[in-house]
Amino acid sequence: MRFLIRRLLALGGVLIASSMIVFGALYLAPGSPEQFLVQGRTVSPEVLEAIRAQYSLDDPLPVRYWNWLSGLFTGDMGRSLLTQQDVGALLASRIPTTLSLAVYAAVLIIIGGIGLGILAGTRGGVAERIVIFASNLGIAVPTFFAALVLMSVFSVGLGWFPVFGAGEGAVDRVWHLTLPALALSLPSIAVIARITRTAIVEESESEHVLIAVARGLPKRIILWRHTVRNSLLPVTTAVGMHIAGLVAGAFVVEYAFTLDGIGALLVNSVQRKDFAVVQAIALIMVIAFGVVNLLVDLLYTVIDPRVRLKKGQ
Amino acid sequence: MAVKETTASETAASETAASETAVLADALAAPASPTSRLAGARRRLGWIGMACVGVVAAVVLAAVVGQFLVPYDPTVGSVTQRHLGSSAEHLLGTDQAGRDIFSRLIAGARTSLLGPLIVVGATAVAGSALALTAVWFGGKVDAFLGRVLDVLFAFPSLLLAILGVAIFGPGLVTASIALAVAYIPYSARVIRSVALRERHLPYVKAAELQGINGFTITVRHILPNVWTQILTGSTINFGYAIVDLAALSFLGLGIQPPEADWGLMISNGQESLQQGFPEQSLYAGLCIVVTVAAMAYIGERLGGRAAAGRSKR
Repeated sequence: MRFLIRRLLALGGVLIASSMIVFGALYLAPGSPEQFLVQGRTVSPEVLEAIRAQYSLDDPLPVRYWNWLSGLFTGDMGRSLLTQQDVGALLASRIPTTLSLAVYAAVLIIIGGIGLGILAGTRGGVAERIVIFASNLGIAVPTFFAALVLMSVFSVGLGWFPVFGAGEGAVDRVWHLTLPALALSLPSIAVIARITRTAIVEESESEHVLIAVARGLPKRIILWRHTVRNSLLPVTTAVGMHIAGLVAGAFVVEYAFTLDGIGALLVNSVQRKDFAVVQAIALIMVIAFGVVNLLVDLLYTVIDPRVRLKKGQ
Repeated sequence: MAVKETTASETAASETAASETAVLADALAAPASPTSRLAGARRRLGWIGMACVGVVAAVVLAAVVGQFLVPYDPTVGSVTQRHLGSSAEHLLGTDQAGRDIFSRLIAGARTSLLGPLIVVGATAVAGSALALTAVWFGGKVDAFLGRVLDVLFAFPSLLLAILGVAIFGPGLVTASIALAVAYIPYSARVIRSVALRERHLPYVKAAELQGINGFTITVRHILPNVWTQILTGSTINFGYAIVDLAALSFLGLGIQPPEADWGLMISNGQESLQQGFPEQSLYAGLCIVVTVAAMAYIGERLGGRAAAGRSKR
């Protein structure tokens, strides 16, 4: 429990500091804030006045920060400078796509990565060599390249999957998101498979497994209860890190497949210099990243009681 | 999070340190002439590793002198020559603007290596400076710098880079520096843990007692002893930097058209790919994959993955 509280406090501190960075970034930009926000577009005095009001540029800096932060918590994230849409509404319509993509990719990472790792670690022979080779290759393939290759082969070439869009309804969405999720998870699957294989090989040479073999326990019980279960500890950390990374990695794939998620919105907003949207999305991603990392830490204490005991002291 | 990460990184660092001690022992046992060191490196690389060295050398050569060797001007195309297949005239065909793909790939090697070079250089300098400062002063300075790094850790690295580009505008230099800021915490953490061990060795105390000032001791005595660590870390970071910068260029936030760059070429080719001409994206992507894989293999053989302080990103 104390561990949990300490972790929450640490996360809170880090998040406050990161929100200051996201907020302060505006003032790091060359030129005055209004100039930066307007970016040379010609705007009417009323719009300029609205910008000054939105960022409360007439108030001192701490007040501005407070206004911005409390605005975020009450769901008022300001307006897009470009389309004048409410940023909150803009994001709300796009978050489901990103979320389903991330969840889909996470499932693929867990099933694919750990599954292949176990396969390679226990079977040996050709299966092991193929998995090792594929994982070495997978690590070197950037997600956006994987995205284009998958698109070229399965959408353009074979016509099995749609080229872009996120789809309507559950089944259609899964169908639309299969290639993006695959592209997003491929490098992580490669890393996880490798880590899992190493962990399993190490674990199956450990003394408690040798003793279990010597005592004549059935192979299947040794494999699942003694080898796999113990080897999953280091794997969990790695899987967690990669799932947390999905939050931010998704925008490249979203952009490649022109999905309407918040990642693609972030990229478009940076390209069009729509800074209010950039700030909001950056903060959301940092929060999501932190929360997933926290959850992984907690999961770790559930799996391995030793961690809980050590940290609780 | 902070607690766990430090311990994880420290175990990783101690593992590499252990392997490094073994290397040192090797080096001490053998007569330390340059030729024998080279032979040792060759033995550790194996024939695949030597092939990788060949690949990297070829890419570097293309980056340095390629500009003068290309058969066509990489930025000038012809409307009548769009989407040609490969022929004796155009070795790898032409792109959607009728530019020679082979020439663009060769010319693209320069920006594709220059950016990562900036990233790795800036990361190594800033990371070592932070780490050595923290280690030398210890106590509150160390704790403070640790907190600062914790905040940077809260940002997924590509997100931090995108924020930097959003503020300072797209381009090779801004994208590279923004990415370096994202890499610094990882490299600082690893260097810190290695330098910390050096800090408490008797020779440092002896130098201190002789009245040599802290800056001199750090630069002249501690830095050379953590140099291997910095170098191997940089090798591995280089591969990540190629991929991440290519991703930024792919998103339109790095190198700007009509410049030739591998990441940009993948992005340029996306539309053609959907029309059934995957050549441009495919070849540019293969260049990235092969270069990164070769570098990763060399880095892993010579230093071990842990030296970069992370399993991925």
